[in-house]
Amino acid sequence: MSDDIQLPPAAHIFVSFVTLLRANGFAVAPEQTTTFLAAIELLGPRSLDHIRQAGLATLAPPHERQATYHRLFDIHFIGREELAGERGDDEDIVRLQEEGRGEEDALLADDVNESGLAATRAEALAERRFERGAANDALRRLAREAPSRLPQRRGYRHRRARRGPWADLRRTLRETVRNDGEMLHLGRLRRRTRLRRILLLIDVSGSMKTRTEENMRLAHALAQAASNIEVFTLGTRLTRITRALRLKRREQALEAAGHLVSDWDGGTRIGDALQAFLSVPRFAGYARGAAVVIISDGLERGDPASLRDAVAKLSRRAWRLSWLTPLATSPGFRPQTEALLAIEPFVDEMGDGGSSAAIVSHLLSRGQRKAA
Amino acid sequence: MAVRSNIVGIDSPEALEKALRAAYYLADEGLATAAYLSLALGKPLLLEGAPGVGKTEAAKAIAAVLCRRLIRLQCYEGIDAAAALYEWNYPRQMLAIRQAGDESIDIYGETFLIERPMLAALRAPDSTVLLIDEIDRADQEFEAFLLEFLSDFQISIPERGTIRAAERPVVVLTSNRTRDLHEALRRRCVYHWIDYPSAERESRIVMMRASSVAESTARAVVAAVGKLRREPLTKAPGIAEAVDWAEAATVLHQRGARWPDAFKRSIGVALKDEEDLRFISPRLDALIAEAAA
Repeated sequence: MSDDIQLPPAAHIFVSFVTLLRANGFAVAPEQTTTFLAAIELLGPRSLDHIRQAGLATLAPPHERQATYHRLFDIHFIGREELAGERGDDEDIVRLQEEGRGEEDALLADDVNESGLAATRAEALAERRFERGAANDALRRLAREAPSRLPQRRGYRHRRARRGPWADLRRTLRETVRNDGEMLHLGRLRRRTRLRRILLLIDVSGSMKTRTEENMRLAHALAQAASNIEVFTLGTRLTRITRALRLKRREQALEAAGHLVSDWDGGTRIGDALQAFLSVPRFAGYARGAAVVIISDGLERGDPASLRDAVAKLSRRAWRLSWLTPLATSPGFRPQTEALLAIEPFVDEMGDGGSSAAIVSHLLSRGQRKAA
Repeated sequence: MAVRSNIVGIDSPEALEKALRAAYYLADEGLATAAYLSLALGKPLLLEGAPGVGKTEAAKAIAAVLCRRLIRLQCYEGIDAAAALYEWNYPRQMLAIRQAGDESIDIYGETFLIERPMLAALRAPDSTVLLIDEIDRADQEFEAFLLEFLSDFQISIPERGTIRAAERPVVVLTSNRTRDLHEALRRRCVYHWIDYPSAERESRIVMMRASSVAESTARAVVAAVGKLRREPLTKAPGIAEAVDWAEAATVLHQRGARWPDAFKRSIGVALKDEEDLRFISPRLDALIAEAAA
């Protein structure tokens, strides 16, 4: 039966376009392909633009990757690759910047980069290879204890409880029916607790070089342990790597993140990167009510005033703002650098970021406080 | 796949665009295509975009074009089936049990069922448009719950059985993208990203929405708002803010304020964040003068 069903020859070009999209990392379900074909038939199609629009609507490429979609469309249907340049989308930027909006990049694009890795194609190719390594004890501890010891807050869903402020009418009624209309016991409800959102900002500049790899592993372990987490890297740019870290296998996730971030071991302009973070409303929203953790040594080459301003804004949005620096290895650590002194009043806690074990215990200790 | 190529006389994206214009909504080609496909293919329409680009307005305009009632379900964290679908009227059921005494009574009858937006839309699919607004505010549990509804358009109430829609209802979902939606949800929908409109189209929107505003005012406001959107602001002004600003400046001007001054004094309706105002205030004069030129 199935052998008799054949695709009309005219449809091949559309199906192969879907295959091309899949090969480039777009998640397209078979059902979407069917819809795509139906949409094309419905629209005529009277022009190439109809096909383009139909693809956008039915194959639903995420907004941050739409530039790539258009490029692939041009290659496939028009067959001219140079169109990419006319559209003004740099291939590497699109591929490497997960959020290809361009704004956050524009703020930092003309920065002078001390390490010589200026924002060029050459820089974009500076990928990082992560070594395979066994999960160490700290990460295992994080995975084990995360559900109970990460910061929590009261959610808006209810659960049944012996005592609580609300009556559980549904349950009470069922019991009443069972007891022939006699209400013997009033069930109660209370609010469920949920994990608080964690926003992890990791400094990947040259001065943090020795810690970067460990930090990325930690971020992956955290993203796997808790669902409500956002991870960004800071350097000469700001890159959101949350999506990459959602991949389950660590090597795969870190490799995907390694492709996204293009400023490994580069210069340090944390102030500007944080300002860029705050000026994208969607990103700034991630900080609201979240446990914000910044892992950075605070060796700032940019303007300390800009950093101070950004941290102050961030701390107003956040539930708790922790700054973990590898310099703070002893309990009596006092900040020395100008940047760290400037931000100290706005940081709730300045802690040890020198090892994964220290960062993990910092994260896990947050949950023991009473939720604010 | 049930394809209807003609819905109340609309047989192409261009026809829908025209009909939307008659309902005071200026849609671009992409939105008109996506909305037309969603209607024709019987799939939900998922609209994403920055706050204030007119996602909810689009749903209202679609309802107006189809001459249907709009049922709006505003999402929030913790929204559950009892708020979105149906709920039993427990106090009434309890009273009915008490009153019935020895007689038997059906406490799961229609009189005890409280209809919520999704059930209401399912029961009258030919006369309603269901708007599920700001789905990104709901939690993942609710998103998962929506999947069943959006693919089969049926609801099962344990006490009464499954209710199925006679035809596929028109559903519009909107999201401000404060978090990533699940792929499974995007897959079931026809998707469109609404961008800020071009200056030309935005001034037409401003004039359409605020009839008292002169064309030159609309153009100046749109130019200024366009500049503001390029600044790193906490909350960039949306289309609604542009309309308000144009209207406010016009009112001030009619009361005797001079032009650049009228814009400047009414900036509060466009920028509503203290930090943003402080950030922009040193350059505000230049910005307005440039936009008005």
